[in-house]
Amino acid sequence: MTVELIAGAIKAILMILIGLHLAIFLLYFERKGSALIHDRIGSNRASITGFGKRFGLPNLGIINTLVADPLKLFTKEDFIPDGADKFLHTLAPFLALFPVMITFVIIPFGDTISIAGHKFDLQATNLNAGALYLLATLGLGVYGVAIAGWASNNRWSLLGGIRATAQMISYELAMGLAIVSVIMTFGTLNLQEIVRGQGGVWFGFLPRWGIFVQPLAFILLLTAGAAESKRVPFDLPESESELILGYFTEYSGGKQAVFMLTDLAEQALIAMLLTTFFLGGWQFPWLMRDGFHFPGGSFLAVPALAVSILGIIAFLVKVLALCIFLGMVRWTLPRFRYDQLMRLGWKGLVPLGILNVLITAFVIVGTGSTH
Amino acid sequence: MPPFLYLFLGALAIVSALGVVVQRNPIHSLLSLISTLLIIAIFFIGEDAVVVGFLQIIVYAGAIMVLFLFVIWLLNLQAEIGPTGHVVLKVFGSLAAAALATELFLFLSAPHLEVKMVREPSGYGSLASLAGKLFNEYLVAFEVTSVLLLAAVVGAVALARRIPDEVELGASDVRAATAMRAADAARRVQG
Repeated sequence: MTVELIAGAIKAILMILIGLHLAIFLLYFERKGSALIHDRIGSNRASITGFGKRFGLPNLGIINTLVADPLKLFTKEDFIPDGADKFLHTLAPFLALFPVMITFVIIPFGDTISIAGHKFDLQATNLNAGALYLLATLGLGVYGVAIAGWASNNRWSLLGGIRATAQMISYELAMGLAIVSVIMTFGTLNLQEIVRGQGGVWFGFLPRWGIFVQPLAFILLLTAGAAESKRVPFDLPESESELILGYFTEYSGGKQAVFMLTDLAEQALIAMLLTTFFLGGWQFPWLMRDGFHFPGGSFLAVPALAVSILGIIAFLVKVLALCIFLGMVRWTLPRFRYDQLMRLGWKGLVPLGILNVLITAFVIVGTGSTH
Repeated sequence: MPPFLYLFLGALAIVSALGVVVQRNPIHSLLSLISTLLIIAIFFIGEDAVVVGFLQIIVYAGAIMVLFLFVIWLLNLQAEIGPTGHVVLKVFGSLAAAALATELFLFLSAPHLEVKMVREPSGYGSLASLAGKLFNEYLVAFEVTSVLLLAAVVGAVALARRIPDEVELGASDVRAATAMRAADAARRVQG
């Protein structure tokens, strides 16, 4: 009992740390990766000793993005505008960050692992209604943004808040429908079971990942997820060319950093969800409990502990790849117009989602089996 | 659910429920209502009715309260200031409240009201058992309700359909501007 309690706490902290580190990676990628994609040089000014330059290495901008900028943000004055609702203005960043942080705990990041005779499930909380928990916490993310926009006593902020609220509740629907079709395919709401259901291969070589069964749902969740995390091309709530900084125009210092962290963590969370539902989660291609079963029929035995660790690595690699992909989308596409955004959500994604659920239901009834 | 947690959450729920009616700013009341709903959801989850608890969060705290927020923005609801009513109304209100409290106390402390604890089989609140009941025992009622709700949605859309001229003007802009004016006015009064 005690061991399980401690293990649960460690796993929850570990998962949140993974999420935060991904967010930090994204913070770096935001600056340097975007420069790479735009064929710019990007941040290359700050360097402590000129260490890299001495050896002819390019300046990677790590000091700029991960030391100088956060330091600057956190040492700035924490400003609350005149006439703002002081309590809610302070509460809003936490309302925004909290739901994202508590969602990380249901993502399975590995199979079971055996340490010192104890068997641990590599998922902080194994909820049977995991997918419902997911939808519940994602739905609560709206309030931080909406309240931030309202409590700032600024029209740009309020407009950003209204846009964010409308956008997030619109795309939540498409997101829910995509998740519903995945749930129907695997016949369970338990995220760990969904990942287990994606083990094995088809035709001797193709991993049984969700993306091959539910390609449409993958695209739906990818799009709706990008919209939920308010990134370009869906960054209407903060579109800096129209609304200064949207709902967090009136935030400075640490609170602004919290909002930025929320966006980045949300992006990491979306990548984790896509990995869990569609890319086999921690499933390493062709790796079973006992070792690799390669398509040719050859077999390579792997010890049990290594299998567990390879699973975690597979999960992290997939999540990182998806994070980079989401970042590339962000730096490639221009921003939508607001009516285009709403049309895409309600007339594009939602009908497609319903159609996908219908098709899934027909296939399940027709073949009499799930997955 | 352990007793101390039950008492703590219960007290919290009552305080935030009081916050809904006591606070003068509608947005503050709304946030209190959200926290009340969340605590009730925790009660559901603590009593093994996991699905109902999560649905409570998704539907009420997550979706309907957002609509409330929109309505508050759109209707220009302002913080109430100044006297809230006539003295006679207050007297009658207090009397009614006292009567209700007495009635509740008498009813709950009556000896005939023995609490019967019925231990449900474990997993009674799971999705499987809920879905089993919904799609076997109560299938007709469930489907009829769905059709009714669908009809209501179609009706609402038909009623809210804009006349073409308004579309030309960009009605969404008009509405956003209205909401903004409303919130501005609310804050002026409050400040």
